[in-house]
Amino acid sequence: MSHTFQLDGANIGFEPGQTVMQAALAAGHYIPHLCYHPEFKPHGSCKLCTVKVNGRTLASCTMPAEAGLEVESNTDELNALRRTLVQMLFAEGNHFCPSCEKSGNCVLQALGYDLEVHSTGFRHQYPDRPVDASHPEVLLDFNRCILCELCVHASAEVDGKHVFALAGRGIEKHLIVNAESGQLADTHFSVNDKAMAVCPVGVILRKEVGFSQPIGMRRYDARPISAQALEDAPRVPAGDSHE
Amino acid sequence: MFSCGTSVVPSLEPILLKHGNDAGQLLQILTDVQQAFGYIPPEAVNRIAAHLNIPLARIRGVASFYSFLKLEPHGEYRLLFSDNITDRMLGNQSLLDEMCRQLWLQPGKVSEDGLVSIGLTSCTGMCDQGPAMLVNGRVITRLTPQRVREIGDLVRRRIPLEDWPAEYFVVEDNIHRAGPLLSNPFTPGDALRAALGMGEAEIVDAIKRSGLRGRGGAGFSTGLKWAACQQAPGSEKYVVCNADEGEPGTFKDRVLLTRQANWMFEGMTVCALAIGAGRGYLYLRGEYRYLLEPLQDVLQQRREAGLLGRDILGHAGFDFDIEIHLGAGAYVCGEESALIESLEGKRGIPRNRPPFPVTHGYRQQPTAVNNVETFCSAALALAMGVDNFRAMGTEKSSGSKLISVSGDCARPGIYEYPFGVSVQEVLDDCGAVNTLAVQISGPSGICIGPNEFNRKLGFEDLPTAGAFMVFDDSRDMFEVARNFVHFFAHESCGFCTPCRVGTSMLKQTMDKIAEGHGTRHDLAEVENLDLVLQTTSHCGLGRTACNPVLHTLKHFRPAYESKLKSLDFEPAFDLDGALARARRMTGRDDAGAHLKAEDV
Ligand SMILES: Cc1cc2nc3c(=O)[nH]c(=O)nc-3n(C[C@H](O)[C@H](O)[C@H](O)COP(=O)(O)O)c2cc1C
Ligand code: SF4
Ligand code: SF4
Ligand code: FES
Repeated sequence: MSHTFQLDGANIGFEPGQTVMQAALAAGHYIPHLCYHPEFKPHGSCKLCTVKVNGRTLASCTMPAEAGLEVESNTDELNALRRTLVQMLFAEGNHFCPSCEKSGNCVLQALGYDLEVHSTGFRHQYPDRPVDASHPEVLLDFNRCILCELCVHASAEVDGKHVFALAGRGIEKHLIVNAESGQLADTHFSVNDKAMAVCPVGVILRKEVGFSQPIGMRRYDARPISAQALEDAPRVPAGDSHE
Repeated sequence: MFSCGTSVVPSLEPILLKHGNDAGQLLQILTDVQQAFGYIPPEAVNRIAAHLNIPLARIRGVASFYSFLKLEPHGEYRLLFSDNITDRMLGNQSLLDEMCRQLWLQPGKVSEDGLVSIGLTSCTGMCDQGPAMLVNGRVITRLTPQRVREIGDLVRRRIPLEDWPAEYFVVEDNIHRAGPLLSNPFTPGDALRAALGMGEAEIVDAIKRSGLRGRGGAGFSTGLKWAACQQAPGSEKYVVCNADEGEPGTFKDRVLLTRQANWMFEGMTVCALAIGAGRGYLYLRGEYRYLLEPLQDVLQQRREAGLLGRDILGHAGFDFDIEIHLGAGAYVCGEESALIESLEGKRGIPRNRPPFPVTHGYRQQPTAVNNVETFCSAALALAMGVDNFRAMGTEKSSGSKLISVSGDCARPGIYEYPFGVSVQEVLDDCGAVNTLAVQISGPSGICIGPNEFNRKLGFEDLPTAGAFMVFDDSRDMFEVARNFVHFFAHESCGFCTPCRVGTSMLKQTMDKIAEGHGTRHDLAEVENLDLVLQTTSHCGLGRTACNPVLHTLKHFRPAYESKLKSLDFEPAFDLDGALARARRMTGRDDAGAHLKAEDV
């Protein structure tokens, strides 16, 4: 009983060290998220997971779970904020979903559907972000980068290669490649890298296999992201109950 | 002065050596390289990467975060005009235009001969003696058309900066009202001696009893902060003094650093004694680089006087020393956790909290971060006795406070008051007349109108980090807010979605309104952006970035509405403007080559 908090009225058990997001997902409760990935240390930059705790709004993926917290997540107010954040991300980059290889497998797009984002809301920024097609097997289409940093961490921490980094500040922030030329071909990047797999959107793409998985049979075609994310979340090991 | 090609490599060795070949010193290394070469040449990036064994992209990532570091040449002379609203009110824009004419140059471009570039920079902290500019990082105050012409001439003649007239670089203190902090009657060592007579817990207790609250803005109890640091387990502890002073309109730390540096270092040393720290850092904003050598001299004097170094004042085992780190043009680095990241040589991104710096700060060790004025006040409280300190000011805001007054008034400068002084009193003292509004505590603070001038400065009513910008009734408060919105967009670190995208969109919408294309729909959008910024941003920058607009909309809505078109919708995209290039190419400018508003 001591290791529980309330999420939208439900009791959520947690282990010390877990964040609100981790505990919620493990207990089968979905909080929308984009930059959080169960295999990496929470980053806290997209702010889609914003919840309200005792009247304060904060990111649930980085907020340590504490006994007795009263957390609101699935409210009209918070979902409206999330909708605006998704609209901001769509307007910031160049996202033409119908022609994107990631369509149907894309977390941003899936969140857009799930949160019922019907229009982009803001004027588009149309940033100029040239693609990097230098690598024989991989295409980098920076137009869709949402700066979640997952590839940066995956490449550094799992692949041990430091292929990606962030540069610039504010709206000029962008992803760069660790090579004097700045080109992916001049790195040790490989299609088997973890960084290849973590990108939630359509930036890091395998060449020559485009659309091999037909639209309609993709990850978020079958079920909404709110259901899929729960399936992907690490569960509390059987027999280890916190109620 | 500026070499290129492979010749950079030999001059890199001493820089790397000076910083102990330590990747944690990357920002300091890059700052020195920038200073030596006028930019950070590609060969230097390669060399540093190889030498420190870090990815090249990390160096590019750090360098591109800070405004004063450049990965491409930016001219032998880089001229940056300070662009706070107070500089604007003093005519910086026409001076910039004049400079561009003088040097045949467009803002943001480097001249073809690589001689010079001209641009804007955020508030340089010279609001009481603007308009100001930075030339290769050196501040020049009190610009006039005459001075601008002279500077243009010096640049064209390639006169080295060291040989420019000394009076350009004079920074005055402009103290108009002094109190115990500025007319400090104590001698260095007094506070330390008082502290050495107490135990560690007693010092913290005394600071708690003094009621001292942080002077950097948030007003957190200094005693509680030190207590948390003292109790936190850690192999090393650190004291960090925040001299980033980036909030536009604030320049009181500049004067304390000039006049009371010894006393500030004394406060840091007392803190070190209380929490058990062996090392301290002063994080000095790049704009105040001219204070670096004088500050180092003060540190040296303190070492010689036994007030710093080993066995301080003869107390065996009380070892503490202070190092100065330079910032490089990033307002967000004033936020304490971003400051720590920057001290560690990284991009200045605010950390996720908890854990807080008091337990996991510099190098993940317990760290007390305080403002310049807080350390000065802590030393003062101990030297004068905490009860005497507490007797100054008000119940919840003890002590005195430095106010940086600028804008429309006869006597801009520094005023020290006990907390509780009313806005009207300050206005009277500085000779402000026909005042329309006062911006308290900078763009992230609050804007008040005449019906609130009886309010009092202090944590009970109007908390302030010190900025006090005065606007008289000739000013357009919409333009004031627009300048602040530009500031936040420029300074957003870009980490979180709401602030990265939101400040930029807010800027575009404010510009659209300023250009006369705004509609009611845009005002609604501004209000929506404000809400998202305020509730979902990662740090105080984003959470307060909407304040200028919220407050001016509240008090001065007509200033916005008078600029709106009566239309409910106006495209963000200027269709007729987009045809300008085609018109130029075809040499046409007749009515048929324009789209009329009603067609659009
Ligand atoms: C965007 C931002 C900028 C800040 N800039 C400064 C600054 O320039 N100087 C400062 O002392 N505090 C600044 N702060 C406040 C610091 O985070 C921190 O609260 C302060 O250094 C603590 O010292 P104090 O308790 O002595 O005030 C800033 C905060 C934010 C969110
Ligand atoms: S490339 Fe993909 S994983 Fe990397 S930062 Fe951009 S969106 Fe995130
Ligand atoms: S609020 Fe702005 S400055 Fe703060 S972390 Fe987010 S982007 Fe960076
Ligand atoms: S999922 Fe929490 S901030 Fe992105």
